[in-house]
Amino acid sequence: MSAGTPPLPGPPKPQVKALNCPKCGAAITLRCFGQAETVVCGSCRCILDAKDPNLAILQQFEIKTSDVKPFIPLGTRGKLRGTDYEVIGFQRRHITVEGITYSWHEYLLFNPYKGFRYLTEYNGHWNDISICKQLPMLDSGFSTGGAANYLGEVYRHFQTSDANTDFVLGEFPWQVRVGEHAVVTDYVHPPRVLSSEKLDKEVTWSIGEYMYGREIWDSFKLPGSPPEAIGVYENQPSPVTTNVTSVWLAFAAFAIFLLALMAGFDLRAKKEPVLHETYTYNRADAKNEPSFVSDVFELSGRTSNVEVKTYAPVSNHWIYLNYALINQDTGQAWDFGREVSYYYGYDSDGSWTEGKQNDSVVIPSVPPGHYYLRIEPEADPSLPNISYTVDVIHDVPVFGIYAIAFVALLVPALLISLRAYTFERSRWSESDHPPVQLSAMTGSSEDDS
Amino acid sequence: MTQPAANCPNCGAKIVFRWSSSVQTVCEFCKSILVRTDVDLQKVGQVADLPPDSSPIQINTEGVYRNKAFVVVGRILYEYDQGGWNEWHVMMNDGASAWLSDAQNEYAVSWSSKAASLPAAAQVQVGQQFNWDNQRYTVTVITPAHYRGVEGELPFQYWGKNDVTFVDLRTETGKFATLDYSDSEPALYLGEFVEFEDLKLKNLRSFEGW
Repeated sequence: MSAGTPPLPGPPKPQVKALNCPKCGAAITLRCFGQAETVVCGSCRCILDAKDPNLAILQQFEIKTSDVKPFIPLGTRGKLRGTDYEVIGFQRRHITVEGITYSWHEYLLFNPYKGFRYLTEYNGHWNDISICKQLPMLDSGFSTGGAANYLGEVYRHFQTSDANTDFVLGEFPWQVRVGEHAVVTDYVHPPRVLSSEKLDKEVTWSIGEYMYGREIWDSFKLPGSPPEAIGVYENQPSPVTTNVTSVWLAFAAFAIFLLALMAGFDLRAKKEPVLHETYTYNRADAKNEPSFVSDVFELSGRTSNVEVKTYAPVSNHWIYLNYALINQDTGQAWDFGREVSYYYGYDSDGSWTEGKQNDSVVIPSVPPGHYYLRIEPEADPSLPNISYTVDVIHDVPVFGIYAIAFVALLVPALLISLRAYTFERSRWSESDHPPVQLSAMTGSSEDDS
Repeated sequence: MTQPAANCPNCGAKIVFRWSSSVQTVCEFCKSILVRTDVDLQKVGQVADLPPDSSPIQINTEGVYRNKAFVVVGRILYEYDQGGWNEWHVMMNDGASAWLSDAQNEYAVSWSSKAASLPAAAQVQVGQQFNWDNQRYTVTVITPAHYRGVEGELPFQYWGKNDVTFVDLRTETGKFATLDYSDSEPALYLGEFVEFEDLKLKNLRSFEGW
């Protein structure tokens, strides 16, 4: 700096101005130093010219509904993203869609160095909004009414509506009036929303990020608790924080892993047939000699499982076989009973079947040794005789556990997908591009019946 | 001292040019607008006291832009129907001159640029696009403004203006352009939006309560 610069008297330090409403005399504070264009008297609802030392009345508005009270009182300071801001202005705006009015609140925040920022609140949903420095790129070729690209991210068109200001409080750096309206278009990429606000000659783009009520309450140290958020807001982040695609990728990876395990165990299993016999059940004989034994067979190698398969050509009959797998060397026995039954017929719903002619059971952990089967058949009283085949296979792969693991993985993946889908559905049902209404479709079919 | 110096022809106060290429300055004491005729000064007008304004920047504010230190040496204050803004004339440490604009605390740095066949004010419309410097600029706002006053050193003579039309343009990459219709020939300024923090400003104004 030049050493010869004389000390400057310097402009006076900007101060908060206290004035009085020219209409009702109520105290008015100007908080944003020379930047306010209009200020609203909190008591008599006069919109005043903040640039005029006498605060000329620009507009006076009436509100029909009960008084609108900002959640964050004007003059409150809070820290937002590391910067102190003071609430200096508040407005209520509304849109009308299909005859229903939706109102939201906008809080104007000010910092003398960082400038202006906005908070919006609708049904307990908050957004932290600032003006875009970059110009978004519009892509009208998108199938659902257009999209915008901002800083490399695609924002989907959500809604275009005519926003009307119906209540203002505090000061604004622009000429605010009750009754003025702008065309507002929202594009969403949760948790962000990109909005364009179009007045006659000017298009302003802003970028907002979703905030939870409790974050606002913490920032501005507000008493009590924030109003509960109702419904799903356009850019509300999905509660399904996990990425659905990655869940399914993980599921696919596990499924492949399971298949590989199954294949490995299938290769390792010997699947050795050790007995294949066909016996005939005769009611007359069975009375004298209810049970008999099979030939002895050898289970060699390690302790492993044994599969016993039964086939009987029953039709609308049953047979029941009491089995015992007996170790000839030690006398150790495994008792089990199997029923083979197969029924079929017709009724009002058409043909039906029940049961099968095949049955299979796996006995786990059978030590090696010499074994035989003791079989005691019983049969349907209407069945005089029947042939049935018994197969014993040593060391078979068991896949049931894999099926359980598969389902155990599939269920959470499905639930996450369903939750994400339901949430996105609620989000977009409020947009200009609602998803096809399932209720409308089922509703019409109910009308038919 | 290497800076050109002279005395105010109106009040006799010492006038030192911080920037050797300054064409005009305002006497800090008597607010006379002085034009350099190297280095005798000629009083061409007088500015009324500038309206109270809320820019945190002031003459002598220092900062850094693109790794170059700069100091604020002058400004032009404009008003339009929705408020006002400041064009702060800054001197970079390499001697270049640039403008730091503060429009309701939205900051942009720009510098005088040349381009062939600039459009006339009446031809420009919002949404229209221009290509300068391999960038596609879109007209975002046309502002009829009026000159409100000057302070400090400026690279050209600028005083006694009335209504001026400004055309602001933006790009998808944060670049910024202004077409200035103060003179018969349109002037182009190209630059970019900057974050307040990134300028690392020192010697800012202080605000009561902040």
